[in-house]
Amino acid sequence: MKKGCSYILEKGRVIDPQKGIDQVLDIGIEDGIFVEPGKVKKPVRINLKGFIAAPGFIDMHVHLRQPGGTDKETIKTGTMAAAAGGFTSIVAMPNTSPAADTPGAIEYLKAHAETSGCVNVLPAGCITKNYEGVEMSGIGGLKKAGIVALTDDGNCVYNNELMEHVLVYSKTFRLPVLDHCQDAFLSEGGLVHDGFWGAVKGLRGIPSASESIMVARDIILAEVANWKVHIQHVSATGSVELIRNARKKGIQVSAEVTPHHIALTDECIKNFDTNFKMNPPLRGEDDRKKLIEGLQDGTISVIATDHAPHTITDKMVEFAYAPFGVIGLETAVSVCLTELYHTGYLDLRDVVSKFTSGPAEVLGIDAGTIELGKKADVTVLNPDFKYTIDKEKFYSKSRNTPFNGKKVKGRAVATIVSGKFVFSLIDGISGII
Amino acid sequence: MAETKWTKKDLLSMEDLSVDEINLILDTAEEFKKVNERNVKKVPALRGRTVVNFFVEPSTRTRASFELAEQRLSADIINMSASTSSLTKGETLLDTGKNIEALQVDLIVMRHSAAGAQQFLAKNLRCGIINAGDGAHSHPTQALLDIFTIREKKKKIKGLKVSIIGDILHSRVARSNIIGLLKLGAKVTIAGPPTLLPKEFEKIGVKLCDNLVDAISDADVINLLRIQHERQRAAYFPSISEYASIYGINADTIKYVKKDALIMHPGPINRGVEIDTAIADGDQSVILEQVTNGLAVRMAVLYLVAGCLG
Repeated sequence: MKKGCSYILEKGRVIDPQKGIDQVLDIGIEDGIFVEPGKVKKPVRINLKGFIAAPGFIDMHVHLRQPGGTDKETIKTGTMAAAAGGFTSIVAMPNTSPAADTPGAIEYLKAHAETSGCVNVLPAGCITKNYEGVEMSGIGGLKKAGIVALTDDGNCVYNNELMEHVLVYSKTFRLPVLDHCQDAFLSEGGLVHDGFWGAVKGLRGIPSASESIMVARDIILAEVANWKVHIQHVSATGSVELIRNARKKGIQVSAEVTPHHIALTDECIKNFDTNFKMNPPLRGEDDRKKLIEGLQDGTISVIATDHAPHTITDKMVEFAYAPFGVIGLETAVSVCLTELYHTGYLDLRDVVSKFTSGPAEVLGIDAGTIELGKKADVTVLNPDFKYTIDKEKFYSKSRNTPFNGKKVKGRAVATIVSGKFVFSLIDGISGII
Repeated sequence: MAETKWTKKDLLSMEDLSVDEINLILDTAEEFKKVNERNVKKVPALRGRTVVNFFVEPSTRTRASFELAEQRLSADIINMSASTSSLTKGETLLDTGKNIEALQVDLIVMRHSAAGAQQFLAKNLRCGIINAGDGAHSHPTQALLDIFTIREKKKKIKGLKVSIIGDILHSRVARSNIIGLLKLGAKVTIAGPPTLLPKEFEKIGVKLCDNLVDAISDADVINLLRIQHERQRAAYFPSISEYASIYGINADTIKYVKKDALIMHPGPINRGVEIDTAIADGDQSVILEQVTNGLAVRMAVLYLVAGCLG
């Protein structure tokens, strides 16, 4: 990347959960890296009084759809959406077409991210070839190509023996395994949560047990392999309890939750609106409360969006025929500040940790903290910024949000990647996008 | 009773209907039932109106009932099925709907295998939509004709004990009956193999029962559902013969049924499975009257909905 300007971010409340910092401090940035504020030459001074300056936010669950689905999203539009949502780094899911299961596919992603991406794109590789759950992909080669994690996201690795081998093998390469937990039989044909609204609306359910069974399986195998398994988009009460107990025992299991599972319940499907159709499905109010509890006690250390763009044509169909998935990059921070911070469930430091130190630790990457000499990625928040979410203002190519029209409080007002403002709502500072 | 006015361009589900609206349909159907008993059965109520019967999921009896109802109201009608529409050529449902609407059609009577399909189309089209069954969700005219039949025989709905027996999980007939009957103050019990009884219905006041005798003993109405093999993807119960022996109404179990209880079935019946021949054809059975009443109820619905189209 080109050299950026030099900045001093002044008078902001700096929250860096990994370092245990929560105080008003100045941050110096020169040549794209963090430096002592006193040593910055010819800085542009930016007053962040009243704002939060946090390490750059990481979304470890994003579908960029390139290659193969560029009518839904591209690396360019997806990273713009990330920047507008406050994310400086995103992990790209490998279920593209063709799938990211070869070093060549990872090179393709990195090359395009370099030329057309405006935030850091961290590649994930498939656990199995074409994420079919049959044959292990070339994990060592993928690691050399630069992946940060393995996942067959969209599919679960149903074969227990294969999953065990994957966990044992991936430990050699220090690659965490991210699993989309669902049982093949229990989830087959399911459209919504197997609960009240599914029963009343005659929509086939995906039971909570479908997720929890595989969470239990993954925990057992993580213990056997003594390696890291990460449960993607946890949705059910039982899963939270299993993960909590396993973490107490010291098993290397971590978990993420999406903003939509925190904010919404299965009641949202009562009008058959496909913008509330996602997998795992929105579950009951008890589950929603349990997920928040999991965030509070640290069982769930990551918030990730599962940003899953689909075209209007894809979604404007019968509920049963619509693809699963909603977008989230441009709403996540606002929704979480509204639903977790302003409700009093979490303090700001905890909210920030779920987007920074939490995912950085799972991925084992050098990010999520403000460190002198390291890449200057910063997310600036205004926790009291009130607005109404308007999907027509999104940078994403898609509009399939469950939050259109929602009144929120709090948002990312600037996104700085390697010392450059890629997005800014701050007076006098313009972002790249 | 205050005069109720019909204001909906669509009839989508029992959930959408108020008690007054349900009663308005039933009262209107009574008038049309009289029309159907005349020598000349045709009235000009829908003359000049065009109705498309759009059956994306196959149907015989509901479609015949709607077609006849439309003809008796003097509507112009077109019949389309999934195979005669462009859905097989990859056209979306919305595009098909917009094409039908572009022909200046007034009403679409629609059946679809996906729950909510009619609701989706109704939201996006100006013409009226009458739901003739959407997946496992809703089949409002069936529930209305069932309720009409009960009201005609029992002179009331409130306080009646109605037991619905069979595959509740996959049944739009059950869902629509449950919701309509509860709105009108009936006490509803559902019974059948426990794997086919969604326990969530308890939350809206339905009693669950996995014992047939308990479910039928003090029931005023017993509504038997067809056991649908074609929708059974996985094993919910061991076999049709086991179902018949445990949940079927037969010579052994009819003893527990009150003598004045009505025995209903939306059809088509599986003789010897959910109901024995002698009982299906017996004095307590109102199965064929349901079919007769269905015509009157569908005429009423078509008439009311057409009345608030531009």
